[in-house]
Amino acid sequence: MAEVEDTLKRIEAREDVVGIIIVNLDGVYLRSTLDDALTAQYTKHLDRLTVMARSVVRNIDPEDDLTSLRLRIEKNDKHEIMRTTIW
Amino acid sequence: MDKGDGLDRGKKSKPSDQLKLTEAELKENITKVLNTHNPHAPQNIVRFNYKEGVYQRVSVDHTAILFEMESNIVYQDSEEGRRLMLKQAEEEDRPDSVASKADKKGVKLGNFFHFTDRATQTLNNPPRQINCQTAPPPRSIFSATANQWQIYDAYCEELQKQEKQKATLLKKETDKSKKGVLVTETQVLFSISPLAKETKILERMVHQNTFDEIAQDFKYFEDPSDKFRGQEGTLLPLWTFQHEETRGLSVTALCWNSKYQDLFAVGMGSYDFCKQGRGMIVFYSLKNSSFPEYVFPTTSGVQCLDIHPQHFYLTVVGFYDGCVAVYNLKKKSLEPVCKGTPKTSLLTNPVWQVRWQNDDIDNNHNFFSVSADSRVVSWTLIKHELISTETIRLSVNGGLSNVPDDEQLQYFSSTAGGTSLDFHKQTDHLFLVGTEQGKIHKCSIHYSSKFLKTYNAHNSAVYTVKWNHFHPRVFISCSADWTVKIWDDTIKVPVFTFDLMSAIGDVAWAPYSSTIFAAVTIDGIVRVFDLSINKYEAICQQLVVAKKKTKLTHIEFNPVHPVIIVGDDQGLVSSFKLSPNLRKTPKVRKQMEI
Repeated sequence: MAEVEDTLKRIEAREDVVGIIIVNLDGVYLRSTLDDALTAQYTKHLDRLTVMARSVVRNIDPEDDLTSLRLRIEKNDKHEIMRTTIW
Repeated sequence: MDKGDGLDRGKKSKPSDQLKLTEAELKENITKVLNTHNPHAPQNIVRFNYKEGVYQRVSVDHTAILFEMESNIVYQDSEEGRRLMLKQAEEEDRPDSVASKADKKGVKLGNFFHFTDRATQTLNNPPRQINCQTAPPPRSIFSATANQWQIYDAYCEELQKQEKQKATLLKKETDKSKKGVLVTETQVLFSISPLAKETKILERMVHQNTFDEIAQDFKYFEDPSDKFRGQEGTLLPLWTFQHEETRGLSVTALCWNSKYQDLFAVGMGSYDFCKQGRGMIVFYSLKNSSFPEYVFPTTSGVQCLDIHPQHFYLTVVGFYDGCVAVYNLKKKSLEPVCKGTPKTSLLTNPVWQVRWQNDDIDNNHNFFSVSADSRVVSWTLIKHELISTETIRLSVNGGLSNVPDDEQLQYFSSTAGGTSLDFHKQTDHLFLVGTEQGKIHKCSIHYSSKFLKTYNAHNSAVYTVKWNHFHPRVFISCSADWTVKIWDDTIKVPVFTFDLMSAIGDVAWAPYSSTIFAAVTIDGIVRVFDLSINKYEAICQQLVVAKKKTKLTHIEFNPVHPVIIVGDDQGLVSSFKLSPNLRKTPKVRKQMEI
């Protein structure tokens, strides 16, 4: 438990990382380092995308599952959104 | 009649003259049939037939005429038709007649009686609507998708249900009690410990982004200027590994993991006799250079370590105070699995080298250690305990002397501390030991009393001996007398000698070629030699550290990737990629037959 906390702190402390959001399966966000409005936006949209991506992966092979998703965006200050999920 | 305005929602407004039926009658099915029978036609009209003198039923036509139109079509060839056509022809001759202008098709038909139409409209009764609305049945919208994986999941669930049913028949009671405990746990804490693996992956992803260029270089960069450089090569700096807790400690041992080739272990301690204190064992992965994967702090400085080639989670460590310990990476604790102390130690006798051996017949792990008290000890790991057996004792005269423990003087003068150990790659029982006196002994596990061969290698302590990975008779040694020597084990004199002008920290063979080796020196330079290309000079000499005063202490080649790691006395481990010129694998041919 403490290890996980440490790791999260380390990730956040890096200069390139803007923020971390932890979301549970129902879409309610548990912990976030960004402000509320932004977090709500991210969770809402990413949730849909993840469900779709997972659908793609599993339709091709039902025994497979989505582990992580990376999105590169063009805007200069934020380069990438990364999401790993446990189902 | 009730006025139903159609807006009564939910209220059942029955008109007062509605037929009241019982339940049974309401449920009765009434079929309605369509036929050509006109229900409004009277069925029982009778007329008196005067001819026969009886009332006879008149059959009424069931045809209901819905529309009737008087036709004004006259047959062409009849009298009337001909007359009309003549009249039409007359009319067409007149210039302003409608017929001549209009389409000739239209035959203007008149009527014999020339009557005019006069129409009247009767009063229509205004229609009135009476509605009645019943309450709609409750509706819910249901939608679902049926994907491949949903079908698969449904089948899996079914399977699990069936299996559970079988299991619950046997274990009903115990299950209930367990369930109770679990529920309370999860209610108390929202814990993110199941996210451990995911956060690790996330950290690595972020790290990869930060060091994106280095990651790309590591994988794909091949120095193109090597073609112009002749035979020389370069080292491309990649990641550097540093941990804040290791400040003040120097790197004393490096070892790559054989199964996970991005994982390596670093032993931290101190070579300085005066500054002995704590030590550390740190495991790094190439995928994350900012934070180690595992950290084990130790009470005494680490001098050497080795990772088991088959059981990749076992690491044996030798300490400055003479102890050895085995760490198991699979276990969460920071303590070693077992620790062994030497039997007799009045002085601190640092363990200079440890090496794993293959499991013995009982599948117990065993390893060998060489220490400054001139013993080569074999340790066996039996059920979390280390049992040591002395294999050989190094003495100046070249043979074992059964030195009793109380004869201390003899002990000091006739034995020479061992400083390095290496097992032959192909034949398990052969090993080489280098001593503080500068001699190298070739020994075998089976013969504990005598050395197979002794080489007067150097003038001072031998720091490293290593067998060649490919050639069965070649080994290399480096020592405090600033030289690196290459030997053929059948010849007593070194085949090659390299004087490097500076104290040497370590030397290592390349795993991909039998003629390439690298040496590190205290002036911060890494030298790579390839004997098939140049027998006298290094094909690469490169200053790898920023500060002038850092001394390089160890070097190791990665078994798979063209990467070397170099440790220095500041606790920093740097990784470098070898340029293509340094990676040439020679064709198979006999080496050293010169």
